[in-house]
Amino acid sequence: MELAISIIVGFMILGAIYAIHARDILSAVIAGGIVGYSLVICFLLLKAPDLAIVQIVVETITLIIMVAVVLDSSRVEAYGKFDRPAWVTAGTAVLILAILFWFLKEASAPLAPFGENSMRMADAYVNGAVEKTGSINLVTGVVFDFRGYDTLGEATVLVTAVLGVLTILRIKGKR
Amino acid sequence: MTVYWLCFILFLTGLYGVITRRNLIKIAISLSVMEFSCFLFLALIGYKEGGVAPIVDLADPDKTYVDPLPQAMVLTAIVIGLATTAMLMAVIIRIYRKYGTFDIREIKNLRG
Repeated sequence: MELAISIIVGFMILGAIYAIHARDILSAVIAGGIVGYSLVICFLLLKAPDLAIVQIVVETITLIIMVAVVLDSSRVEAYGKFDRPAWVTAGTAVLILAILFWFLKEASAPLAPFGENSMRMADAYVNGAVEKTGSINLVTGVVFDFRGYDTLGEATVLVTAVLGVLTILRIKGKR
Repeated sequence: MTVYWLCFILFLTGLYGVITRRNLIKIAISLSVMEFSCFLFLALIGYKEGGVAPIVDLADPDKTYVDPLPQAMVLTAIVIGLATTAMLMAVIIRIYRKYGTFDIREIKNLRG
């Protein structure tokens, strides 16, 4: 299982690198779609069918929005030289990478190995959840019952974002 | 543990894109790559070897399930991610209409 997921994540990394370096913005957007759709397969392998369904819908909508924006504007990327000397850039990159990997090593030390989740938090949600919530899908039980207020907050954020999009697209800008 | 490291490398790829690219759409793509790596990490943490999807089988009460809590969190985060991406694209298309370019250096130089 770990091997299969590792291969798919490697594929996602390749897709992301291609998306970042593609000359054509449209192919960059489509290569970004590789990452999202591979994530769907990862969710299925990790036994999360609800996430897979939501992610495939969301990824399709995101891809449609991005393709619409690209087709409505320019597809070429302007390339320019870096402003700073190359050794400064490379040195900064190596330094940041070293710090981040040190942080990863420190932060992942207390983490349980892959596939050996202790379920310390989840026991309260799993045991007797069907009687408490009436839902046989535990994820639905957590989202809409145990953590219902969080879902209310999520809906608020969603409404705010939609209002923001409407406001931004409606104003007439000064040319 | 390898898969956690790969997940972190995916996050770093997105970070690299956000820092080095000048095109606004590529920055948006890199941001969503970072988002996806976080979702994947949470889903990986909740996985339990031999567990089944967290849908209760009433006939067999002794099954082990994968952790439903990270999945519920990721479910919330995915939807919010869509909303923020849509808002980002709206801002980007407004910027393009006003300045006629996606290049953040030129937008910085134009001012107003």
